Amino acid sequence: MRHGHIHVVHGHAGVEDPEAPVNRPQREAAARRIMEQSPPRVPPELCADAVRRGGRMLRRRTAARRLMWLVLCAAAVAFTVWALTVQPWVEPPSETTPPVTGWEGW
Amino acid sequence: MRERQAFHSARRAREFEAFVAGAAGRLLHAATLLTAEPPGDNPRARRLLALSLAHTYACWDRLRGEDPYDRARRHLATRFAHEAWHRYGGGIGRARRHAAGPLRGLTPRERLILVLRLYEGVAEEQAAALLGLPAERVRTICDRATATLLHPPAPPARPVAAEAKAATP
Repeated sequence: MRHGHIHVVHGHAGVEDPEAPVNRPQREAAARRIMEQSPPRVPPELCADAVRRGGRMLRRRTAARRLMWLVLCAAAVAFTVWALTVQPWVEPPSETTPPVTGWEGW
Repeated sequence: MRERQAFHSARRAREFEAFVAGAAGRLLHAATLLTAEPPGDNPRARRLLALSLAHTYACWDRLRGEDPYDRARRHLATRFAHEAWHRYGGGIGRARRHAAGPLRGLTPRERLILVLRLYEGVAEEQAAALLGLPAERVRTICDRATATLLHPPAPPARPVAAEAKAATP
């Protein structure tokens, strides 16, 4: 019933263009037909070009990953060396207590 | 180790070549529709396709059963949306001046949605998720774009306007 109603409405609206597709599937099919016209020619070097660019991307990613690991390892080594030389867990000798002088008079 | 890597890389290249042989025609047609270029002269579409295919090649080993065609198409669509956004200065709502092809009368966003929905047959929800729009909006834009495509508005009377401008210095 609803379909018929839509049909009537569009039929009325499309008076100036009797070829106009009336409902959604027909309109979509007509749009698809228009879009399918005249496909472009695929250039032959496309695949090789994509492989070249993609390979470059892969190599760059590998290099970046290696660099990241290298930096991480270097940071870990540097931290270990610093910790072993400075030994921040050892309590430093106290420097805050004032020297006690002049108590002999008590 | 090196031998295994070489073997792996050769197999990837072979599989990728087969994929490109099967998919490049359709993807290039979609890209040419998106950029609204004539089929014989489509440098932007070729560039878009080459970049998205390169991206697909780079993540070929990490696809894990995912459809490479879908991956390439998604990359193509997002890259086109970004380019349209940057090229036309903050908005993919305006149409280009020197457009050709069947979708020349549409804005970049209308072209993108029309190509995804009708030419590629992507589901409404997936297209909406890809573009970051609500599904109803995608539906509305698709309907409007279909209407514009089937009943193109009359071209603006440029010669008359030019004459009028010339007549009133």
